[in-house]
Amino acid sequence: MTQKIRMDVEIAGVRFKNPVMTASGTFGSGAEYGEYVDLDCLGAVVTKGVASVPWPGNPAPRIAETCGGMLNAIGLQNPGVEVFCQRDLPFLKKYDTRVIVNVCGRTQEDYCQVVERLQGELVDMLEINVSCPNVKEGGISFGQDPRSLEKITQAVKRCAAQPVIMKLSPNVADIGEMARAAEAGGADAVSLINTLTGMKIDIHRRTFALANKTGGLSGPAIRPVAVRMVYEASRAVRLPVIGMGGIQTADDAVEFLLAGASAVSVGTANFHDPCVTKKIIDGLRAYMERYGVDDVKDLVGAVREDISV
Amino acid sequence: MKQKEICQVIRQEQLGTGIYSLWLEAGDMAGQAHPGQFVMLYGKDASRLLPRPISICQTDGTALRLVYRVAGAGTEEFSALCKGQTLEVLGPLGNGFPLREAQGKRVLLLGGGIGIPPMLGAADRLRDGAVAVLGYKDETFLKDEFERACPVVFATEDGSGGVKGNVLDAIREKGIRGDMIFACGPIPMLRAVQAYAEGAGIPCWISMEERMACGIGACLGCVCDTAKEDAHSHVHRKRVCKDGPVFLSTEVRL
Repeated sequence: MTQKIRMDVEIAGVRFKNPVMTASGTFGSGAEYGEYVDLDCLGAVVTKGVASVPWPGNPAPRIAETCGGMLNAIGLQNPGVEVFCQRDLPFLKKYDTRVIVNVCGRTQEDYCQVVERLQGELVDMLEINVSCPNVKEGGISFGQDPRSLEKITQAVKRCAAQPVIMKLSPNVADIGEMARAAEAGGADAVSLINTLTGMKIDIHRRTFALANKTGGLSGPAIRPVAVRMVYEASRAVRLPVIGMGGIQTADDAVEFLLAGASAVSVGTANFHDPCVTKKIIDGLRAYMERYGVDDVKDLVGAVREDISV
Repeated sequence: MKQKEICQVIRQEQLGTGIYSLWLEAGDMAGQAHPGQFVMLYGKDASRLLPRPISICQTDGTALRLVYRVAGAGTEEFSALCKGQTLEVLGPLGNGFPLREAQGKRVLLLGGGIGIPPMLGAADRLRDGAVAVLGYKDETFLKDEFERACPVVFATEDGSGGVKGNVLDAIREKGIRGDMIFACGPIPMLRAVQAYAEGAGIPCWISMEERMACGIGACLGCVCDTAKEDAHSHVHRKRVCKDGPVFLSTEVRL
């Protein structure tokens, strides 16, 4: 008997063929990974952060491996929104997948400039990066204070033509409060978690492993933190939550859905296997078949609160 | 679609202190590989997420040879692989040396330390069109294999063999001249080679190394500073994995 399985999800009125997306910064604008994954199979491509003008990013080394994770301090190197619209967006539009543009900036004006430039473009959603730990000015400062977050959300919403996802930082005391601030500012969804600020020291050379000294920790090492925060955020607001943080397998993706995520993003795992997103989508279907789940939406927030062990 | 391939170890031997030579059954990958390109090797220990970029030393039919130095836990894991065991490999990646432009020219192949192995594949192809100048700290490795391919001059930092000093000391002492340079080695060596090539007015290609995550140009983890604006981000920073690892020496700021 073939089971009729529905994997599509809807977030802020946008329909995705499945709940598996790429996490910003790990997938470029799709072109490099297009040789390894059929982009048509993805729920969405979430692009690397796009600023109003080209950003050079941080000096190298920008990458350091840690146990079960990695630190990065790329510093949001990107070609700016003009090149993005002329080169990267036309490439992505050739595929039957949703396009979510991650937007970065140093000031409110920076964010609004990018969001305004994207008004007439074929972009499905915007993800506002107010949580990058590697950029000193702006960025994360908006993401660590609820009032600043609410204000920037309002400002972006005023000039956005597409639904707005606010990407939250885990480097806060109360993630629920931050999710509520985004909701109060008019956000259409929240995504979390961005990376946790970390540091690695090379004991042989007695230097910092990263030129930037600190970097963002990602990978399976952070997954339990991410699952907990997705759970808390999804209980704090009515907004849909896009969950991410160390997802490597379909089982990990299911865990985030059960915690309350309506969709998930796969990031660092792409570095370990450039084909991993397709495997996660196939594995999610297999999980649903195994447990007789007809609709992936039935998994969202379905962790049982009544049974502890 | 491209993907990681599972490759079987044909043999592995130790060439010197911490230096290993690994032959892999690599199918099409070996046929596609070009001197100066690299592969990503994926370990089996899940606590180490990132693949290790390793330069391609030689190819032979469907086999790929990697000569690498144990630099940490990842390469330590690879060094324990025996005949018949497998590991996952992605590649070949990157651009490689411009062998076509080297035709009919006398090419100096400059290798320093663990930058020596990728020059052997170039020596295999260029044969008598090349002169290899190899710089070691003390003990030598792969030298006899270079000697089977092309004329070789070598230097050791401690003077235990060949010219005492580095590759440039060897070039000067032996009065070696060439029309073109291909080089791979540590940054101080590449800096000196860059200056030498500029002074001598010789076109020079250098192979760069940097910490990498994706290896395919997406994450922007492995950039180097460039003289001109790069085509990807328009910010004077090129991706070592995708735009390189081989660059014209006038392109990069070391």
